[in-house]
Amino acid sequence: MADVVLDAKGLNCPLPILKTKKALKDVPIDGTLEVLSTDPGSVADFQAFCRTTGNDLLEHTQDDNVYRFLIKKTA
Amino acid sequence: MTAESKSMSLIVTKGTLDWGYPPFILATTAAAMGLNVTMFFTFYGLSLLLKDFKPQISTLGNTAMKLPMGGMHMALPNMVSAIPGVDAAASMMMRNLIKKKGVASLEELREAAIDSDVRLIACQMTMDLFEYSIDDMIEGPEIGGAATYIECATQCDINLFI
Repeated sequence: MADVVLDAKGLNCPLPILKTKKALKDVPIDGTLEVLSTDPGSVADFQAFCRTTGNDLLEHTQDDNVYRFLIKKTA
Repeated sequence: MTAESKSMSLIVTKGTLDWGYPPFILATTAAAMGLNVTMFFTFYGLSLLLKDFKPQISTLGNTAMKLPMGGMHMALPNMVSAIPGVDAAASMMMRNLIKKKGVASLEELREAAIDSDVRLIACQMTMDLFEYSIDDMIEGPEIGGAATYIECATQCDINLFI
């Protein structure tokens, strides 16, 4: 179970990323954030976001039209 | 790789409802990714900083503009934009689409830019030209000119003109 869960379903670019950045503030270092999104563009965007910010994208999965990202906060 | 020491500047030259999006989307996203971001608002872009902020789209000159309508896409010929109320109607359609598709409002993105410490510079010459003062603008922008921007741009990794 992730430390914080962010429901970004129904939101479009760039809101899932902006809300993720905000939600990460409430995650302890080495803690995890789970993000749910319906934006197909978020698949590439969350990988880029994590590469650039240095956070770990532990998992990304898809269930029907919902994308789920599990991010480990490293910094 | 982290972007902690990276930076980006944007020259914002257009202030319509549609053209206001790219600079604010890129600025807020870059700030969320850890970049230091500066936006330089000049000419029509300056209107994006006004307190009295009612951005509309202009159908004029958007040769490729087609709005979705009843499962199809409708083009708006330039001639139509001369009819009073067409821009207002097109803007209303766009605002409805924005809401329906979960896209942030421009006001929301502007707020997000301020909240994430994006540096905003209002072009002094544009304010003189269009007879605006800093009091007409929202809280936050500083005043500057070309040299202020150029100095900033020499220190940035990414410089965009929109």
